[in-house]
Amino acid sequence: MNAVPFHLRQVRSDRHRVLITPEGIALPLTLASRGTRFGALVLDLVILFVLMLGTQLLISASALGVFVQGGREGRDPSGSLQLLYILYLAAMFLFHYAYFLFFELGPRGATPGKRMTGTRIAARDGGRLSAEMVIARNILRDIELFLPVVFVFGAANEGGDMGLASLAGAAWFLIFALFPCFNRDRLRAGDLIAGTWVVEAPKRKLEAAMSAIAAPASTDHAYKFGEPELAPYGEYELQTLERVLRENRPEALTSVAEAICAKIGWTAPTGGHERSFLEAYYTQLRAHLEVGMRFGTRKADKFEAGMARKAPSIRFNNAELSVYGEQQLLSLERVLRQGDPETMQTVAEAIAHKIGRSPPETVQHRAFLEAYYTQLRSKLR
Amino acid sequence: MASMTQNIRGLFGGGQAASAQDAAIEAAALRSDRFRQEREGDWKRLEEIVRRMEAGRARSLTDQDVLDLPVLYRTVASSLSIARETSLDAATLAYLEALVQRAWFQVYGPRVGLWRWLRGFLGGQWSAAVRALWLDILIALAVMVAGAVVGWLLVAGDPEWYYSLAGGFADTRVPGASREVLAATLFGHEERGGMSAFAAYLFNNNAQVSILAFALGFAFGIPSLMLLIQNMGTLGAMLWLFNGQGLLVDFVAWLSIHGTTELFAILLAGAAGLHIGRAMAFPGGRSVVVAAAEAGRRASTVMAGVVMMLVVAAVLEGYARQLVDTTPSRFAIGGFMLVFWLVYFFAFVRRPQGSAGA
Repeated sequence: MNAVPFHLRQVRSDRHRVLITPEGIALPLTLASRGTRFGALVLDLVILFVLMLGTQLLISASALGVFVQGGREGRDPSGSLQLLYILYLAAMFLFHYAYFLFFELGPRGATPGKRMTGTRIAARDGGRLSAEMVIARNILRDIELFLPVVFVFGAANEGGDMGLASLAGAAWFLIFALFPCFNRDRLRAGDLIAGTWVVEAPKRKLEAAMSAIAAPASTDHAYKFGEPELAPYGEYELQTLERVLRENRPEALTSVAEAICAKIGWTAPTGGHERSFLEAYYTQLRAHLEVGMRFGTRKADKFEAGMARKAPSIRFNNAELSVYGEQQLLSLERVLRQGDPETMQTVAEAIAHKIGRSPPETVQHRAFLEAYYTQLRSKLR
Repeated sequence: MASMTQNIRGLFGGGQAASAQDAAIEAAALRSDRFRQEREGDWKRLEEIVRRMEAGRARSLTDQDVLDLPVLYRTVASSLSIARETSLDAATLAYLEALVQRAWFQVYGPRVGLWRWLRGFLGGQWSAAVRALWLDILIALAVMVAGAVVGWLLVAGDPEWYYSLAGGFADTRVPGASREVLAATLFGHEERGGMSAFAAYLFNNNAQVSILAFALGFAFGIPSLMLLIQNMGTLGAMLWLFNGQGLLVDFVAWLSIHGTTELFAILLAGAAGLHIGRAMAFPGGRSVVVAAAEAGRRASTVMAGVVMMLVVAAVLEGYARQLVDTTPSRFAIGGFMLVFWLVYFFAFVRRPQGSAGA
């Protein structure tokens, strides 16, 4: 458990990936959700449609102008009309193929639709995103998206068997449309061939550190917390506190201040002192936990903090601890967190049976499991 | 004297400012906040550079900025690693992660401009990618020849086949047509009206067919091959038709003007599709996904060139075929194009710059 950095443990979403850059830095990425990608595609198609429609109107208007002009002056307009027709075909070809290419090759690696939804493309292997990748993923878009549509409309135009054609077109379309639903990385066929994926492109401002703001305020009111008052909480509670302070909603501040005071046995501050109390607690809790970090002991949350403080009442020897590994440790932690008495009883009896002890008394199941958990963890670490 | 006093005051004033900043760092309650304050300047500078690059204003960066980008990227990335181990300021960590990610996209983004890419592409990358597909090209060539032969044999056995193979060309070129009618389709298109539009239309059509042949490689290459067979079956049927009236040589000449380029392009597109299909069917020691991605990159390089070849073919088809009206000169043009492509792809071996070869 401790081998995984804390921030990675926090995000439990299955869209989370860690990418290793060529310098060996682990970079957390969040894959774009399927819904976001669909939204981006719809936006792009709308933009493309408007662009194409605009071009068509422009060219039709010019053609009409040429025709009228030619009629008035008695010249043959076919040369100019031909030029307009070529322009039209070239424009449609460019819109069809170059729109996605142009934008995805740009510095943002995203079409306007992707930009609006806050996503971009990236190389799956963490290396350079090359022009070839962008070309490949966009050529494949043709068979995924445009071809079935053209196919169905083509059959409709030629008066062919519409039922069969639209069935085949729909099947084709569905195979590719659902492709991202059948792989873990939400790749569409083009991503698979090109070696790319679509990730969220977060942008964040550097916010002021809560502790730096808090420092002068806390000295005014001189809230001082000792080791016992800081011990009950871990990193998760610290980050929750940071969020509450940043959001700065009075009722949230009050209820959090009350919860902390109840836990550490203080009387809750009132009358606008909640914030300065919480700022002081935040700063000192962070200092406390960061000192712990530097000495190699991290406390993920109040559960771990609680475990660390308890002096184990039951001692297990090395042989008794060597029957289980990491996986059982994790399941044990889950059982303890859920705190369901029946499950705890079952697990406690199973462990006792395995290590050859008599099963603990009913009231002691939790204490037994906590002691075993703490000692197994320190041994495995 | 006055100026000297000022100098001294400036000296001390400057000193005070510097010590004020130090004091701010000293005053920070936490060690991790001091860490942040000491490095914030670098972070902000990198953010500004990245912001400008993202906005497409890379030109507004100074040379120093451009030189510093990779250095700053590594500095900030190491700040992130340290912060992860020493700081519990969630906002700072999130900021650093997002910043390193954005900088990574810029440092490892597609930084070649269109022109630089095109130069490298035409100056060796394309031909190298084509050579890397030699086996697929041979297979696709064999399939195309087989398709033409099958088309010919089918029609020779039963002329009714002609309508299903070449039914799309609903014109005078049908079995039983006289020699004069067929010859008229090959010679004497002197009227120029609509030629360029025709060429543009042909290009659009052919580009779609070849892109399809490539993209279908995704289904293990089999549809690509079927598409090649189908197209070449049509050709075989038409060869048979013109042969029946002793016009085979003239027909081949008429076709070769643009056909050597166009059929070559379709051959490459089919080979590119086959390349992907083969990599997915037989990935070897790699995973299917990795194999498909590697093959896809190589094949899409070939495909970008195929589209360019089709532009050339369409121009030849729209103009040269109609304007050049004798069999020997048509052979000369078609033959020249064929030799040109063969030399360009297989004799023009130059290591592409900045890449270890495709």
